[in-house]
Amino acid sequence: MNKLTLTLGLVATLALSTAALAREVTFTTELKDYGGDEAYMALYLTDANGQYQDTLWIAGKKSKYYKHLRDWARGSGLRSREYDGLTGASVGSGRSLNITLDIADELIDAGYDVRVDTAVEDNRDNRADVAVALTTEGAGQAVSGRGYVQSFRYTF
Amino acid sequence: MLRKLHSLPGLIAALFAIVLAVTGAILSFSPALERANASVPAAGQVSVAELADTVARHYPGAEQIKRTPSGTLIVYYTRDGDVGADRIDPRTGQAIAPYAPSSFSRWVKNLHRSLLLDTPGRMVAGITALAMIVLTISGTLLLAARLGGWRQLLRPIRGTLSQRLHLELGRAALLGLLLSGLTGAYLSATTFGLAPEGVEAEPDFPLEVSGGTPAAIDTLPVLQATDLNDLRELVYPYPDDPTDMYSLETHQGAGFIDQASGEWLSYQPHDATHSVYALIYQLHTGEGLWWLGLILGLSALTVPVMAITGAMIWWKRRRSRPKIVANSGANAADSVILVGSEGNTTWGFAKTLHDSLTQAGHRVHTAPMNQLASRYRHAKRLFILTATYGDGDAPASASRFLTRLDNITDTPQLPVAVLGFGDQQFPQFCGFAKKIEASLTAKGWPLLLPLDTIDRQSGQAFTRWGNAVGKALGTKLALVHTPTRPRTTALALAERVDYGAGVQAPTDVLRFKAPAASGKTALLSRWLKRTGLPSFEAGDLVGILPPNSQVPRFYSLASASTDGVLEICVRQHPNGLCSSFLHALPVGGTIDAFIQPNPDFRPTSGKAPVVLIGAGTGIGPLVGFIRHNKTHHPMHLYWGGRNPQSDFLYETELNAYLTDRRLTQLNAAFSRIDERAYVQDKLTANGPELRRLIDKGAQILVCGGRGMATSVISALDDIIAPLGIDVTTLKAQGRYREDVY
Repeated sequence: MNKLTLTLGLVATLALSTAALAREVTFTTELKDYGGDEAYMALYLTDANGQYQDTLWIAGKKSKYYKHLRDWARGSGLRSREYDGLTGASVGSGRSLNITLDIADELIDAGYDVRVDTAVEDNRDNRADVAVALTTEGAGQAVSGRGYVQSFRYTF
Repeated sequence: MLRKLHSLPGLIAALFAIVLAVTGAILSFSPALERANASVPAAGQVSVAELADTVARHYPGAEQIKRTPSGTLIVYYTRDGDVGADRIDPRTGQAIAPYAPSSFSRWVKNLHRSLLLDTPGRMVAGITALAMIVLTISGTLLLAARLGGWRQLLRPIRGTLSQRLHLELGRAALLGLLLSGLTGAYLSATTFGLAPEGVEAEPDFPLEVSGGTPAAIDTLPVLQATDLNDLRELVYPYPDDPTDMYSLETHQGAGFIDQASGEWLSYQPHDATHSVYALIYQLHTGEGLWWLGLILGLSALTVPVMAITGAMIWWKRRRSRPKIVANSGANAADSVILVGSEGNTTWGFAKTLHDSLTQAGHRVHTAPMNQLASRYRHAKRLFILTATYGDGDAPASASRFLTRLDNITDTPQLPVAVLGFGDQQFPQFCGFAKKIEASLTAKGWPLLLPLDTIDRQSGQAFTRWGNAVGKALGTKLALVHTPTRPRTTALALAERVDYGAGVQAPTDVLRFKAPAASGKTALLSRWLKRTGLPSFEAGDLVGILPPNSQVPRFYSLASASTDGVLEICVRQHPNGLCSSFLHALPVGGTIDAFIQPNPDFRPTSGKAPVVLIGAGTGIGPLVGFIRHNKTHHPMHLYWGGRNPQSDFLYETELNAYLTDRRLTQLNAAFSRIDERAYVQDKLTANGPELRRLIDKGAQILVCGGRGMATSVISALDDIIAPLGIDVTTLKAQGRYREDVY
């Protein structure tokens, strides 16, 4: 498996000089009103075969629950360097998560998928609640998830 | 000190404790409910391999099987692109019902964990758990002290209704609440990283799988070797993905299993700390231990009652502590009064003494015994008024007195008078006062007066002691003490039944009612079923202030306020101010009365029989107990009068109670007839029967004159001697209570 070099990080921490090579992408995940505790979510990239490539964002602070984000956990091996600096609060039922990241141009329209794994305490764990190709024409199009995700879209 | 340690956290944490306890109780019942609905095969019957296989047949899109600690099996699956979850039967793998966690119990759980306030709420919950530990421990110590030692911890408890509720429930729920508090505090500490929770096994993700053709599920060795009861969770591999694997978590550890070989690709056991954490979690929630859950839940349900009764007890004690006016400084006073009090009753007496001495021109300093100073510069005399707590122990405000006394090295010159307050029915009557006097004498303190004692707040005895003090001081000291400040109610005589005129013992049964309310109030009162009477129970005392007198006379009540009348039985004494007044009172005439609770004197609940013994007007409260014996508790009445033709009090009622079985047996003795007999003779005649009842744990309640009470004790001592016990033993066990006058 060849490990991609990604330029990821929060907008605020990003130097302007990288702007030419990267694109600002906003990922919006709206959750259903599933009526449970706050959801843990992993947004990550896989290749066309579903092989894990890199972590985009982890919602949920307690790493002891990360193993319930199963595919991501399997791909990332739960190694903390995979998600250091890319974590935030868990997301409540019916709420949505907005994440803006800089994504290297070479990853767009290159056969990569964005996936979202979700998990809620005392409820099911969803592997690939959302799986959608990261393409220019897919931008702005909402897709529905099969678990807790009501809709997911990314915009450039 | 200990009492403060109990009441302070109790008052502060009360509201939160109620919320946590009620939510905890609701949650605690779910393991039992869940267990009742789940079918749990015995160990060795079903393996995870069999289960996973049957589930996969019924659910081709099965993703994950979870087993809750109570044994419920849940399968999460995908079907035609939709996700679902079902509760399944462990033997067949078939659906029982769709599974959806209840949003109500989730809400309750969050309320319990964090009061719905997230981190600050979790902190409050943790602090409340700590408060619960402090409360149970300090409460247990207080209870043991109150009952006279650890061995007496199971003794019957007496007191006002709120005290009984608080102590009885507290005693029953003690261990449950302590366990909930300890485990809750630990879980809270782990949340904030203050205690270790260990690590759940996090096995390495295998980098490689064998890649062979996936084998049939029921042939996989590791799954075959795992019993269903050890299962926590099994995750199926993606269908048609040969690089994926099974993920299995059991009570022992977790790992990944190869699809083809069925062997562990990696495995890690849970660490020891985590096992401890899991055990504590289980002890707190009762998950998988449904019976423990029920015990904890029932214990928790006592918390709201205890919080409310606790606050009531605290408030009552606080209010009953009198304010000492004109209190001189310790070094300015010529007379010093030190008070040892547990429930503040003794303070009332101290205040009376303080006021009288002040009125007589003395400068008086009154303080708790714990504030004993090493020197009172101008003091000429020292009074120590003290109650006794439990088995001859120091009451709260005197707990450090003896230590302080030991630290005084000066040669004592201050004459001291010790007055003990207590209840003669306890074996260690005024035990602490005696201890104090003994220590003072041993240290060479001169005595102003020898030790005197006051039985059950007797106003008369206190006045008598006051006279002695007056004599010693060379002033006239009139100590008039009314134990509870009487806020009297006016009551009108509604009915009277006269007895005993023929045997020179004119005795009246008097029934009083509140004067009729008028207009709107009357309607409201009737609607609320309010009688206008203060609240009381049979066996309590009514204090009646006769005209032109400040000193109330007390009569035992034969009715409860729920009866709608206040009933007493009064014998006219030739020179009795109050009894003559009552004897002459016409129907419609009014009295000023107040209630003094006497909670020690009433039948305790339980199955043991009750033996009621009385003579003359002592029948009053006993009839009240019988009248309220709606549950047909076995009650045996022994009563003595003079002549059945003249003073057979309550004869008609008693016969009616025998018929409707509120009264089991009636033994009346009469002293002015041919076969003359006293009540103690009846007892002796029925000795074997009484012995049998007492052996069965009977409780004995005696009401009447002091002479009769003494005779009854000596008769009973003879009767129960073959059982190897005596009345003193029964008193110590709380089974022998007297209301003697």
